[in-house]
Amino acid sequence: MTIMPSLPLPSDQPRKRPAAIELIGIDKRFGTVHANRDIHLVVEKGTIHGIVGENGAGKSTLMSILYGFYHADHGRILIDGEDVTISSSQAAIRHGIGMVHQQFMLVDNFTVLENIILGAEGDPLVAKAEKRARELLERLARDYDLKVHPDAVVSTLSVGEQQRVEILKALFRGAETLILDEPTAVLTPAEADHLFRILAQLKDEGKTVLLITHKLREIMAITDTVSVMRQGEMVATWPTRDVSVEMIAEAMVGRRVLLRVDKGHSNPGRVLLAADHLTVTDGRGVTVVDDVSLSVRAGEIVGIAGVAGNGQSELIEALAGIITPTSGRISLAGEDVSGLDPADLRDRGLAHLPEDRQRVGLVLPFGGGENIILGYQDDPAYARGMFLDWGKITSTAKRFFASYDVRPGNASLRAALFSGGNQQKIVCAREIERDPSVLLVGQPTRGVDIGAIEFIHKRLIALRDRGKAILLISAELDEIRSLSDRVLVMCGGRIVGECAPETPESEIGLMMAGLAEGAGERTRPRANEGSVP
Amino acid sequence: MSQASRELPPFVDYVVLPVVNVITAFIAAGLVVLAISENPVEVVKIMIVGALGTPEGLGYTLYYTTNFIFTGLSVAVAYHAGLFNIGPEGQAAVAGIGVALVTLAFDGAPWWLVLPFAVAAAMVFGAAWAFIPAWLQARRGSHIVITTIMFNFLAATLIVYLLVNVMGKAGSMAPETKMLSDATRLPLFGTLLKPLGIDLGQSPVNPTFLIAIAACVAVWLLIWHTRLGYEIRTAGTNPQAAVYAGIDPARIIIISMLISGGLTGLLAVNEVMAVQGRLLTDVAQGAGFVGIAVALMGRSHPLGIALAAFLFGILYQGGAELSFDIPKITRDMIVVIQALVILFAGALGNMYRPMLERIFARRPDRRAEETEA
Repeated sequence: MTIMPSLPLPSDQPRKRPAAIELIGIDKRFGTVHANRDIHLVVEKGTIHGIVGENGAGKSTLMSILYGFYHADHGRILIDGEDVTISSSQAAIRHGIGMVHQQFMLVDNFTVLENIILGAEGDPLVAKAEKRARELLERLARDYDLKVHPDAVVSTLSVGEQQRVEILKALFRGAETLILDEPTAVLTPAEADHLFRILAQLKDEGKTVLLITHKLREIMAITDTVSVMRQGEMVATWPTRDVSVEMIAEAMVGRRVLLRVDKGHSNPGRVLLAADHLTVTDGRGVTVVDDVSLSVRAGEIVGIAGVAGNGQSELIEALAGIITPTSGRISLAGEDVSGLDPADLRDRGLAHLPEDRQRVGLVLPFGGGENIILGYQDDPAYARGMFLDWGKITSTAKRFFASYDVRPGNASLRAALFSGGNQQKIVCAREIERDPSVLLVGQPTRGVDIGAIEFIHKRLIALRDRGKAILLISAELDEIRSLSDRVLVMCGGRIVGECAPETPESEIGLMMAGLAEGAGERTRPRANEGSVP
Repeated sequence: MSQASRELPPFVDYVVLPVVNVITAFIAAGLVVLAISENPVEVVKIMIVGALGTPEGLGYTLYYTTNFIFTGLSVAVAYHAGLFNIGPEGQAAVAGIGVALVTLAFDGAPWWLVLPFAVAAAMVFGAAWAFIPAWLQARRGSHIVITTIMFNFLAATLIVYLLVNVMGKAGSMAPETKMLSDATRLPLFGTLLKPLGIDLGQSPVNPTFLIAIAACVAVWLLIWHTRLGYEIRTAGTNPQAAVYAGIDPARIIIISMLISGGLTGLLAVNEVMAVQGRLLTDVAQGAGFVGIAVALMGRSHPLGIALAAFLFGILYQGGAELSFDIPKITRDMIVVIQALVILFAGALGNMYRPMLERIFARRPDRRAEETEA
């Protein structure tokens, strides 16, 4: 462990006014998992306080305790200097704590106004509350640039606007302290800037903001204080102006961070996967993938950058045969495979590491062996006559578990009992060990601990070096840039450009927001750039 | 960073929990018996002796068990595919028509020759009646619970129409087909075993019981040892993962409902070809609904289903004895006990789980969380 500046114990310090929130000795275990260890935290009134940490560091647990979802096993919570017990989210709201969740808690087919007053009507007749909410909305729109049309139906709003509705909900309930959990994960850079302006104004009004994130840039840009969590512990709290990104990163990981993945040059061969003018329309008739053409060659990783919800997921699903494109062609190693189902595509050497391993990639109540054959249940290698050969399946699962260091190495345990990183390793083993010629990869390291991230990245690069084609989507621009040999940028369902992975983040960011044309469409043709056959 | 899920050892999950549930149901039933000022201990004694105390009583119990196994397996197979088949009553009725058509067509031929055709007809007709709701669910999204219930009523109407207008016995007002000849009628175990000195009295248990046991083994093999069973369980547990794995959920819905209907159909062999020797308007006599309780109690596992079916067989036969011996207790009492078992084993099935978890919970393997912060 790196030596950190020791923290003055919060309660020892005389203060002029009480802190907005003070946590003393918060401790929480889930079974054998020690999610929060003796956490001390002081959040001063009228500041923006950032909390950073890797996935699984315990940030969400801590905030859930503060918001009344969980109870701490030990420890005290002080709000404005007074000891409080927060037993439910209602209690948290009463104490002036509002939370903006990562996944919005809105009723899609209600209007903005209805969503804001939901659960806080305060009167059997909603008209009164609506009037109150409408007045407040007008004031807030004026004061904070929190513009949302009160009568708009939520499902018609953009993601950024929906987030504003969440913030308005909290303010309507009288929140003095606002907790935002990874608020920018779904926003374009411009929307994120807008959010930060709102947060800065809230701060000027004397509100307190707790910002949970793992994006260090955001911490540097808007917070006054930053606290770092690692493995359930609060390892440091610093005034933001006194620290550098490198210091925070090191504190988060506990060692020097290798920001780039070690990989050699790519030697792209022939085109293995190609999409030709692919268009996908969703159930509502909205075009989510719009005339996309791309190609991936043997021995290269092509990354697709984009803000979540810009068609990347649907593109991957269409390529994997899960959803049927409305038009366009897909070819695999030069052969037209349009309209084939996932099973046919697997037979032809296409593997798919899905974005959502828990809902798509695994059947959680199934054991390791049963999950190892998911998608490959037709393989004659796993059959004995008309029956499944469980002996063979179990031994395969054991082999995969061993070579991917899945812990625990017990292949009969239900998949639900493994940690996120180990679940992902199970899926990786299944998809990569079959030695596919093309691998589609969605969010390979979301919710995965750092050790597993490096492991998975290495396996992906090894697969590339064996001359396979990989198409990667990820919400982490850093991951896209460090793994890919070429980067395509998607916005609004279209591929808006292509660039080299070395392209500055800001430039890619502009393309992701649809504000700049990429090099691919402009000039700079690359030697290895694949043209659609 | 979710709450670590706790895992119960299988024997607690599959044995202790259902047993505790059933005991609770019986205690509640005992209270009902007390409420009508009868002695619960006496009642239990009469039931047990009536159901298991004599070879004839046991024969009746096994006859009921046979039907409950078929419908229990039927509900369980659908349940593994994520479907709630409420339609065994109707499927059994239509299967009865099939069995009647075949047996009447071959009437006079020896039963062992007719039996394979009767079994095939039962399964095909039962499956056919399940196919329509299955197709509607798979292709049109009509909810299978609603459609199978509706199809129970349609089947009841259809069978009355056929018995009155088409298949009915000539010169009779009764809505039933003519009696099968003794040669074609499936002999009862009582008749078959008499030469061996085993006296089962008038009890209607017959070789269909062996078919039921075979069906248990077949379903066990199907669900846990075949590719189709794996696909059924995947589609039933996580349809999104099924699509990802190249399994067509619509196909699985149709196939598993066909199997489900076919299994229920076998009940008609028991009733039409053996016990009644003719087709009556009510083929399943409520066994279709008992099958739901049996599948719930048996946790959709053939072994559990066989045991639960046997328990309900005891309840039915013991209940019949009870209504002879204690006039105050009618067969409705059995319906009450049944309802209580469904309530505690089905709807409140997990009521004791938190308690059992505190007692038995096996901490998830420590190594499982080593990598989790």
